[in-house]
Amino acid sequence: MLDILAYAAFFLVTALTYGIICLGLNVQWGQTGLFNVGVAGFVAIGAYVSALLTTPETAGRFGGFGLPVWFGWIAAMVVSGAAAALIGAITLRLRADYLAITTFGIAIAIQLVALNAETLTGGPFGIGFIPRAFGGLEDRPIIFNLANLAMVGTVTALLYYALERLVRSPWGRVLRAIREDEAAALSLGKNANLFRIQAFALGSAIMGLAGAVQAHFIGFIAPENYISTLTFQVWAMLIIGGSGNNRGALLGAVLVWGLWSVTGAMLAAFVPGEYQARAAALQIVLIGVALAALLVLRPRGLLGEEKMISRFLKG
Amino acid sequence: MTKTILAIDGLAAGYEPGAPIVRGVSLAVAEGEIVTILGPNGAGKSTFIKAIAGLVPKFAGGVTLDGRDITRSPAHLLARQGLGFVPQTENVFTLMSITDNLRLAADILPRPERAEKIDAMLTLFPDLARQHQLAAGRLSGGQRQMLAVARALISGPRILMLDEASAGLSPKLVGQVFAKLAEIRHTGITIVMVEQNAKAALALADRAIILVEGRTAHAGKSADIASDPVIRELYLGVAPAKGAA
Amino acid sequence: MNLQFIADGLIMGALIGLGAIGVTLTYSILRFANFAHGEFLAWGTYFTLALASGFGAMFGGSGTIGALSFGWPVLLAGILAALLTGLLALVLDRILFAKLRERGNAIVMVMASFGASMALRSLLEFFFTSEPAYFSRDIQIASPLGLGIRLTPDQVFLLGLTLVIVIVMERFMALSPTGRAMRAVSENPVLARVSGVDVDHVIRATWMIGGALACAAGVMLGITVQIRPFMGFDLLLPLFAAAILGGIGSVPGAVIGGLIVGVAEASAVQIVGADYRAAIAFLILIAVLLVKPSGLFGART
Repeated sequence: MLDILAYAAFFLVTALTYGIICLGLNVQWGQTGLFNVGVAGFVAIGAYVSALLTTPETAGRFGGFGLPVWFGWIAAMVVSGAAAALIGAITLRLRADYLAITTFGIAIAIQLVALNAETLTGGPFGIGFIPRAFGGLEDRPIIFNLANLAMVGTVTALLYYALERLVRSPWGRVLRAIREDEAAALSLGKNANLFRIQAFALGSAIMGLAGAVQAHFIGFIAPENYISTLTFQVWAMLIIGGSGNNRGALLGAVLVWGLWSVTGAMLAAFVPGEYQARAAALQIVLIGVALAALLVLRPRGLLGEEKMISRFLKG
Repeated sequence: MTKTILAIDGLAAGYEPGAPIVRGVSLAVAEGEIVTILGPNGAGKSTFIKAIAGLVPKFAGGVTLDGRDITRSPAHLLARQGLGFVPQTENVFTLMSITDNLRLAADILPRPERAEKIDAMLTLFPDLARQHQLAAGRLSGGQRQMLAVARALISGPRILMLDEASAGLSPKLVGQVFAKLAEIRHTGITIVMVEQNAKAALALADRAIILVEGRTAHAGKSADIASDPVIRELYLGVAPAKGAA
Repeated sequence: MNLQFIADGLIMGALIGLGAIGVTLTYSILRFANFAHGEFLAWGTYFTLALASGFGAMFGGSGTIGALSFGWPVLLAGILAALLTGLLALVLDRILFAKLRERGNAIVMVMASFGASMALRSLLEFFFTSEPAYFSRDIQIASPLGLGIRLTPDQVFLLGLTLVIVIVMERFMALSPTGRAMRAVSENPVLARVSGVDVDHVIRATWMIGGALACAAGVMLGITVQIRPFMGFDLLLPLFAAAILGGIGSVPGAVIGGLIVGVAEASAVQIVGADYRAAIAFLILIAVLLVKPSGLFGART
C-alpha cells in the first residue's frame, strides 16, 4: 500500500515536470502559434546548466560549482530563454516553418554537444550526483517522493497561476491577436516579431526550468534523455490535452505519461525480453498515430481553448 | 435578339455562408457583347466575378455558359469549358518565361493545336513575341496585362472575364489595353469586365450593371448610365459634370 | 594533401541532393516542411531490401553486375520500391495531409508530418529491429583516380546515376506539361487553377516524384554505408539545409545545395573530427537564414 503511494507520488512528480514543459510549449504554440521541434534541446539546456552549477567539483569536467539548487533553476531558465531568443531573432522574421526546421537543428546540435563535449557534459554517461531536492530523505522513498511532489506541485501551481494571469494581460491579448489575425500582426510590423521572440523565449525558459527540476529530482542526466522522442511526447501531451489551454496542457501531460507508463509496464511484464525493443517501438507508433488522428479529427484536444470552456460553463 | 451566352441567376457568394458578399445578382450576357460591372469599393464586384470563375464559394443561384450549367465546375475545368479569367493582381507567372506562361495555358488543348495557338497569341501581341524567352516578372505593367489576357485567351474561350484590368496602369496604357479588348471582341469573344475606372469602361462596354452592397443597383446601356448624373454622382464616384469630365 | 574527402563528400552530397529535391518540391508546391520526408528514404531502402531478398530467394543467386557489389535483384527491386515509396507518400497524403490542407493551416501540417515521421520510423524498428542491415557484405576494392582519390565501382555508378536522374528531373520540370504545372502551382496556385491546372494531379505527381527520389537516395545510402531505421531521420537536417541553401522550389538548387552540404561535412570531419559532423548542416542552415534566406537560386523566402 505504501509502495503504491510512493509510486503514485513518483509518477505525479514526473508527470508534473512534463506538465511544466507543456505549459512552456503552450505559451509558444497555444498562445502564439510558434512551432518548436526542439523542445528536447531547451529542456536539455536547462538540465545541463543547472547540473553544472550545482554539482560538487568533479575531476576532468568543467563546472561543479556547488551552488544552491534554486540558483541552478534560475540559471536554467535564463540560459534556455536566451538561447531561444537568439534562435527566434534569426528565424521568426522568416516563414513559419523555418522556426520548426531551425529548432529541429538546434536540438540535434545540443544533443551532439551533450554526447561529445565530455569535459563540459560528461559525454554519453552524462552527469551524476546532481544534488536532489530533499536529498536528506532519500532513504525514505515515500516521504522523499511526497516532499518532492509538494514542491513540484507548488512550482506547477505558481507557474499555472502566473501564466493564467499573463494570458489575460494585455501582453497575452496581443499574442493571440498576432496568432489569429494576420492583419493585426502586420499592423504591428516589427513589433509583432518582438512579441513572438518574447513568447518564444518565455516558453523555452519554462522548458529549461522543467529540465532543471527533473534533473534535481532524478539526480543524474544523460544525452539519451533528450532525444526527439521527448519533443514528440510533449507535443502529443499538449495536443491531446488541448492547446491554448493551460489546464489542458497539464491534463495532457498526466494522461499521456500515464498511458506511456502503463503500456511500458505491460510490455515489461508480458513481452519476452528479446522482443521488448520492438514492442517499445510500437509504443511510439501508437502515440504518433494518436497525435495524427487527433489533429485530423479533434484538433482542439480534450479541453479546447480556454474561451470556449468558460462560455460553456457559464452556460 | 442575339442569344445569351452567360446567364447568372440569383447568385449569392462569399467566404462565409452566414455573411454573403454577393447577395442575389442576376445577369444575362448576350453573345459578342461587352458588359462592365461597376460600383463603389466593397460592393462585391470582384467577389462576383471570382465566384463565376470558381474561386469564391457560391451559396445560392446558378451560372450557365452557353446553356451548360457551370455552377459547380471547379476553377480548373472552367478554362476547358470556354471561360477565360484574368485576375486583378498576380495574373502572370513571374518566374516563368512568356512562352512558358502561354504553354502552360495551352497544355489543356489537344497536343497538335498547342503550338499553333501560342503562335496566334504572339501574333496578336507582337510586344510579347519580341521577347518571348523573358521571365514574365520583368515585364512592365502594361505588358503584363497583355500577357495575362493572352494567357486567358489561348484555350479559345467563348467568354473572357477580367477583374480590374486597368488597375495601376497609366491612362495611356489603359487606352492600349482597352483597344486590344475591342479588337478581341471583334473576333467573336464576349467580354465581362469588373472596372474601377468607370469612364473608360463605359466608353468601351455596351452595357453596364452597378453593384452596391452585393446587389444590383442599376443596369442599362452604357451610354444611358454614362449620361445619368445621379448615377454618376452616387455610385461611380464621379463629381457632377463641370463641362466634359 | 589527400583529396579523398572531397570525393566522399560529393557522394554523400549527391544523395543528399536527390533527397532534397523531394523536400524542396513538397515545400514549394504543398507549402509545408515535411518532417516525414526522411522516412521515405528509410522506407524506400527497406522496400528495396525486402524485394531484393525476395527476388534472390525466388530466382536463386544474387548475381552481381560487373565490378559492382550488387546485381539486377537490387536494381529491379529499387525501381519497384521507388514506385512503392511514391505510393506510400500518396497514402500518407490521402489519410493525413489532404484533410489538414483543407483547413489551410500549414504549420499544423508540419506538426502532423513530425508525428507521422515518428510513427513511420518506429514501424520500421518494429518490423526490422534497429540492427543495421546491408545489401552486400562484400568489401569493394577502390581504384585510384589520381590526386590521391580512390573510388569504388559502386561509388562511380551511383555518381553517374545521380547525374542522370538530376538531368532528367531538370528537363522534366522545364519541358513537360506536368513539370510546368508543378512550377505554376508552386508560384501561384490560384492563377494555376484559372489556367486549367488540376492541382490535385500536381499534388499527386509531387508526392510520387518526391517519394521515388527519396527511395533512390536511401538505396544509395544503403549501398555505400548501411541500412538502419534511423537512416532517413538522421539525414533530415542535411536535406532541409540543402533545400534552403539551394533556394526553395529549385531542383538544381537542391542538388547543388546537397553537394555543398556533403562536401562541407566531409571537410569538417577532416578539421574537427567526425563527432560534430551532424552540426555542419545546422551551421549552414543558420548561415543561409542570416545572409540570404531565399537561398542560392530561390525566388522567395
